[in-house]
Amino acid sequence: MAARKSAKKSNTSKEDLLTFYREMLLIRRFEEKSGQLYGMGLIGGFCHLYIGQEAVVVGLEAAAIEGDKRVTSYRDHGHMLACGMDPKGVMAELTGREGGYSRGKGGSMHMFSTEKHFYGGHGIVGAQVPIGTGLAFADKYLENGGVTFAYFGDGAANQGQVYESFNMASLWELPVIYVIENNQYAMGTSLQRASSTPEIYTRGEAFGIKGEAVDGMDVMAVRDAGLRATEYCRSGKGPYILEMKTYRYRGHSMSDPAKYRTREEVQKVREERDAIEHVRELLLQGKHASEEELKAIDKEIKAVVNDAAEFSKVSPEPALEELWTDIYA
Amino acid sequence: MATEILMPALSPTMEEGTLAKWLVKEGDTIQSGDILAEIETDKATMEFEAVDEGIMGKILIADGSEGVKVNTPIAVMIEEGESADDISSAAPAPSEAASAPVEAPVDTPAPARVAAQPITPVIPAEADIPAGTEMRQTTVREALRDAMAEEMRRDDTVFLMGEEVAEYQGAYKVSQGLLDEFGAKRVIDTPITEHGFTGLASGAAMAGLKPIVEFMTFNFAMQAIDHIINTAAKTRYMSGGQMSCPIVFRGANGAASRVGAQHSQDYAAWYAQIPGLHVAMPYSAADAKGLLKSAIRDQNPVVFLENELIYGTSFDVPVMDDYIVPFGKARIWREGTDVTIVSFGIGMKYALEAADELAKEGVSAEVIDLRTLRPLDYDTVIQSVMKTNRCVTVEEGWPVASIGNHLSATIMERAFDYLDAPVINLTGKDVPMPYAANLEKLALVTTKEVIDAVKAVTYR
Repeated sequence: MAARKSAKKSNTSKEDLLTFYREMLLIRRFEEKSGQLYGMGLIGGFCHLYIGQEAVVVGLEAAAIEGDKRVTSYRDHGHMLACGMDPKGVMAELTGREGGYSRGKGGSMHMFSTEKHFYGGHGIVGAQVPIGTGLAFADKYLENGGVTFAYFGDGAANQGQVYESFNMASLWELPVIYVIENNQYAMGTSLQRASSTPEIYTRGEAFGIKGEAVDGMDVMAVRDAGLRATEYCRSGKGPYILEMKTYRYRGHSMSDPAKYRTREEVQKVREERDAIEHVRELLLQGKHASEEELKAIDKEIKAVVNDAAEFSKVSPEPALEELWTDIYA
Repeated sequence: MATEILMPALSPTMEEGTLAKWLVKEGDTIQSGDILAEIETDKATMEFEAVDEGIMGKILIADGSEGVKVNTPIAVMIEEGESADDISSAAPAPSEAASAPVEAPVDTPAPARVAAQPITPVIPAEADIPAGTEMRQTTVREALRDAMAEEMRRDDTVFLMGEEVAEYQGAYKVSQGLLDEFGAKRVIDTPITEHGFTGLASGAAMAGLKPIVEFMTFNFAMQAIDHIINTAAKTRYMSGGQMSCPIVFRGANGAASRVGAQHSQDYAAWYAQIPGLHVAMPYSAADAKGLLKSAIRDQNPVVFLENELIYGTSFDVPVMDDYIVPFGKARIWREGTDVTIVSFGIGMKYALEAADELAKEGVSAEVIDLRTLRPLDYDTVIQSVMKTNRCVTVEEGWPVASIGNHLSATIMERAFDYLDAPVINLTGKDVPMPYAANLEKLALVTTKEVIDAVKAVTYR
């Protein structure tokens, strides 16, 4: 892969760098495999890949503590892997099998894990924002000190319910971090064609919500911003907005003709801003790891992803009785 | 010339009220716009302003008088130099509060679609109420409040949120007293932001709380219907049973009175179509209480459809520590042999009135109140139709894809050979609700239509 123009110096520990590298690589390899399985017809319907945006979830998970909650949109595979959900269970849900997190009944866009406090996986653009606000409402009500990460894209940022949520979260000082993953394209519509302002993080100002823009391709910057935000929320000061400037390398979904941007634009980001490559260079430059050690990690991750893919193929389709279960408690 | 001041109607559905307090006394000079008195209805306390200037000649109805009918003379205003005793020549003046319309003239009374007198079912004793249980006359409004209060005492995770539920004591006074007892943490006034607070409450439910969301009316839930259907109803299925969304969406549903097209519609059939939702639509106060308690304990999302016009109606409610009405069990209000009338919610009023009238003509109608539309008690309906061989359904919603249509299909499938006449589905008319009093009356289902339909299916 081409070298980044500049790899920033880092005071991040070797252990943290290796963890970031491993976790981001897992998401990327997992998503590449998902793309393959989709091409083979094993994954159906919509499939929205997270490739390019890995630093956002990995950095923020590094700022979360046990009990914190997260909720996101339909581009959710990365969020699930980053919060520790089993790649096998996620992949088997993509293939619609019994071994999937929702036993094959949710699919790519609708997955949950009570154990990991992952509240979906929502297919309606923007719906996860008031839901995440409600998760934070519950934390405050139960006084458990938890914080919720409510992720949404630059496209969802134009939904009215986002601002209804901002208002209530600020009014009631709810411990919610609104993470705007600005990958610059809402499906095929660029931010400048859809937003009256280029700086989405300022949209909380009218509600008195503090916001900041973050280089979402730099996992250390993301983690640091996450720590500022969680500290702010946990101290009872109310919501916080983080706008992650990021980029999605793949199409909106698998059926994206990609006519709205040039190949060169994508290539340039990959070469100059790639989050994984950045950490890889820091590891090598800081002599924290050798090429061989990194290759060994690559191999290990590949094995995890291959196992997940294999599981997702051999896990049986749900039993026909499953059609009628889980409708009511 | 002396002028009578009449008891004002302070809302479209007000029929009587309490003259809480006079703020002027006899002999006071009154300017137009002065506050004369505080009038209390079952919904709110309102100030009553003077329309004309003059002198308060005589107060006819004392402070604290309850049950003062709209348009009753409550005082006499006189002009300078007139005597307060000059009542016989008093001319009625239109009683008018700043925010209230003049009550309809006497010769065309406002449609009073709800009986003011208590309704007692002519039914066999309910199995779930022990014999000898004391009954107390309670309004539907109080029954709903009691249900919420009891469940909030029982479970700390239950809370109420909505517009005007706390400090205002409820737009329709259903949540009266709850803020005082449970505090602002659990009785929460929201901004006017249905989409937002419905999503928020759904998220809170997914995280383990038990929200009761009050919609001022279900018309406004249209702003929030995505979260009711796409979030609340589908969470359990989409999560493979990992997560539930135990939440109650409640509020006034259906036509009120003279509020026009955007505020008058019945959503029963809409929500009844959604797998993952439970849908309740009580008629009596006892059912309102028992079903709401069930709804709050339900681990599933519940749409709970109330009706403004019956909030103030009193019914017998059993005095029990924990009166619960299960979902999916219809109630036979009246046993009969000639025809089955199936209804729910306010439709029950027309069904029962029709059954009374029909009885006088020798027609014995069995009247079934479905109480919940999802789950729906098909068996009770089918068994009744197998006995009577005829069926009329009554509801306020629109005719296309109505609950009646669904029941007709079910009856056809399960009891075709028992039918002696086609089932008739009575519904509201297939029009947006008009404002004009005569047209509104025409748009709604009526007792007479029920009587006529029963005569048609019994070939009388």
